[in-house]
Amino acid sequence: MSGLFAGARPYTADAVAPVPTKTRRFVSRLAAVLPAVVLGALVLAPAASAGWFLPESAGSPNADAIRTLYILIAVIGLVIFIGVEGLLVYSLIKFRAKKGRVAAQIHGNTQLEIGWTVGAAAILIFLTVFTFLLLDDVKNPAPSLIDGEGNRVAASNVYAATDQNPPAEGESMNIRVVGQQYAWTFYYPDVEGQERVYAYNDMYVPVGMTVTLDVQATDVAHSWWIPELGGKADAVPGYTNKTWFQIPLDAIPEGEDRVVYEGQCAELCGRNHADMLGRVIGLRFDDWQAWRERKAEDLASAEDEAAQRREELESGEDNR
Amino acid sequence: MAAIPGRPQIVAHEVTRPERGWMSWLTTTDHKKIGILYLATVLVFFVIGGVEALLMRIQLGAPENTFLTPEKYNEIMTLHGTTMIFLVVVPVWAGFANYFLPLMIGARDVAFPRLNAWSYWMFLFGGLSLYGSLFFQPPEAGWTSYVPLSLKEFTPSNGQEAWIYMVHLTGLSSILGAINFIATIHNMRAPGMGWGRMPLFVWTILIYAYLIILALTSLAATVTMLLLDRNFGTEFFDPTEGGSALLWQHLFWFFGHPEVYILVLPAFGVFSEILPVFARKPIFGYKAIAAATAGIAFLGMLVWAHHMFTTPMSTVVLAFFMLSSFLIAVPTGVKIFNWVATLWRGTIEWRVPLLFCVGGIATFLMGGITGIFLAVFPVDWQLHDTYFVVAHFHYTAFGASAFAMVAALYYWFPKMTGRMMSEGLGKISFVLFFVGFHLTFLIQHSAGLDGMPRRIYEYSNTDWTIMNLISTIGAFTLALSVLLTIVNVVRALKKGPIAGPDPWKANTLEWFTPSPPPENNFDIVPRVRSVEPMKDIRRQIERQTGVPQRFEAGKPMVKV
Repeated sequence: MSGLFAGARPYTADAVAPVPTKTRRFVSRLAAVLPAVVLGALVLAPAASAGWFLPESAGSPNADAIRTLYILIAVIGLVIFIGVEGLLVYSLIKFRAKKGRVAAQIHGNTQLEIGWTVGAAAILIFLTVFTFLLLDDVKNPAPSLIDGEGNRVAASNVYAATDQNPPAEGESMNIRVVGQQYAWTFYYPDVEGQERVYAYNDMYVPVGMTVTLDVQATDVAHSWWIPELGGKADAVPGYTNKTWFQIPLDAIPEGEDRVVYEGQCAELCGRNHADMLGRVIGLRFDDWQAWRERKAEDLASAEDEAAQRREELESGEDNR
Repeated sequence: MAAIPGRPQIVAHEVTRPERGWMSWLTTTDHKKIGILYLATVLVFFVIGGVEALLMRIQLGAPENTFLTPEKYNEIMTLHGTTMIFLVVVPVWAGFANYFLPLMIGARDVAFPRLNAWSYWMFLFGGLSLYGSLFFQPPEAGWTSYVPLSLKEFTPSNGQEAWIYMVHLTGLSSILGAINFIATIHNMRAPGMGWGRMPLFVWTILIYAYLIILALTSLAATVTMLLLDRNFGTEFFDPTEGGSALLWQHLFWFFGHPEVYILVLPAFGVFSEILPVFARKPIFGYKAIAAATAGIAFLGMLVWAHHMFTTPMSTVVLAFFMLSSFLIAVPTGVKIFNWVATLWRGTIEWRVPLLFCVGGIATFLMGGITGIFLAVFPVDWQLHDTYFVVAHFHYTAFGASAFAMVAALYYWFPKMTGRMMSEGLGKISFVLFFVGFHLTFLIQHSAGLDGMPRRIYEYSNTDWTIMNLISTIGAFTLALSVLLTIVNVVRALKKGPIAGPDPWKANTLEWFTPSPPPENNFDIVPRVRSVEPMKDIRRQIERQTGVPQRFEAGKPMVKV
């Protein structure tokens, strides 16, 4: 064989020298510190300001489930992060070139390679399983905490099995959310003998009621999102997207009559994308019913007025 | 038979003198000159894209700022994204690969030198067609140009057409360049350089080239459909006429996600080349790294809809794309572990190229971890289209590609110019780069978690003020670092110490040639006997002359 090969060592297990004791000490120290860090992070995380470290949530079951999932991934991610970055920085400092030092000529280690491949896969399998365990809570609307008359009902754990249908039992309210440049319109479900109720930008709902949303758009794509009430749903023209939320019964502060959640369009929809705001306002059931009736009357009288005006214009007499 | 009178013949015994002057740059088919043209053009676009980023950061530095109008903001945002993706990170690898791929595999040029020149000129004119729109109205529908917003009804200006032509020209440039690289790698390797002895940077360029052919051809068809919709009455994407708005998103991301790997795979190649040189150790797990590159590329074709988790989709589809996105983490993790293992028990020299590589790996790792959050689709429903995503893709694209770009510049500058860049200035630049980057983007995770959507030209929520201010300060720190590196380049061109053929005592064949290499690259192409041919060659010289050629730990490599 050519002399060129003389210096190159074939890669065998012998090429890996035993780990020096100092390194071992570092690894054991790292093993001791890591759980403490993770534990600390777990304790501190909920206490810390939600906006800086965790997704927002105001007690809507889907937003809560998302946050739980986020914390789980954050813990695993933090362990991986500290572990790998630690090793990287440690190697960089510990193995810095110095006079007389010789680099170990290691070409690889099959066992190690298989080990970390399987390890990475195992973590991801765990995450997958956990995601599917929590998925129901995020995706399927929970039953309302109140019935159609605003009375409290006992909590229940039965969910719809597939897709985002209304909850399998109890009342729920379906609102059609329509995005356009640069406003949201909310169409409430029809009630017999009442004018159809709709509203712009402020969505009034009763607390405790499960609200399912059919999200649509008329011009370009928008995205409906109230961070504290769960994930976003893109409003794509030609499609109906679905999401839901439920404001907790105790969300309205003592002495006040409403709770307000703010959000804005999350999909670039044109020049004033930043100004396409939306709010969800939670009212106590009785207040909400009053709001609804008032709204229906207002809309009816506005409709009458408009009709009258149209008639006048058509007949050519302008009384004003 | 009568003897035919001999015709006078001219036999050239000498190589023609290399051409000089600006005409030689316009007419060149030399892969090295074309490489430099690419890199110089990329540098210009990088500065322009960076200035656009600074303009946006100034606007967002304070709530309800009126520095930019909504129209201007959307235009600048669109130009920034488009420039950085199509005119910086894709062509920068075309530039480095143009210069170094033939040298690394022991070839005298690429397979099709004239096609190569054409690739460059189409890239340049693609860029000019985009920036030509500054004279009428730039595009403003974002670099993703989602329909219906990008249809004529909502974006009437011809800036959108400029964007489409840019995609076509740079796309064709990349596709032809990719064909060239593939042909070169398959056919022109030095004797003895089997697939198992090819430098890892060449491996990543090979995979990058195949990905370009798969992804950019698809994009070319997609933007053609948009062009037809806008100007010739077709209705592919118009929902009011039976078209589908989601079709665009699927087609775009079918290109868009492989594109991510087109941006980062060569960066991984740079890490895999530079780490072993400065750790004075062979790369750990050569085969695993090469296989992981192919694995990432394959899986990268199957994850596009994770950009669309918030659109109307069934749970089965969501679950499929979550799992396929997870799978990518495995080969990516393998690479990171291999890089750490390469440093482990080496003798690591803290030279500027190495620092940029380690900084890039550290940064990219974080982008990988935030990628796991986003792959879990219920969590993505919260984080999608927020600043969390902006932070995530800058950690991956900037963390891998931009850090690797600068590492490659410091590493290969001596080969390209024959002169060394300043270590001191380089180290200051590295610190500013690293600190500036994390100052800019780390806080953006929090802004996203706090509900700040991306692509908004203003905000009134004062909770976001401090976060955005920090981000703006970071962006200017980053800009200062880039400025220092440019100063370093200009200074080194004139005053840098002479590098010699192999200043780093590196491993691959480009260091066998003089710096800068002559037009024909190699008078003799050495036989390749391992992944690290230069180590073999130095060992042989050592044996024949008795003069030590090896690098000794702790001694300066380059006499400055």
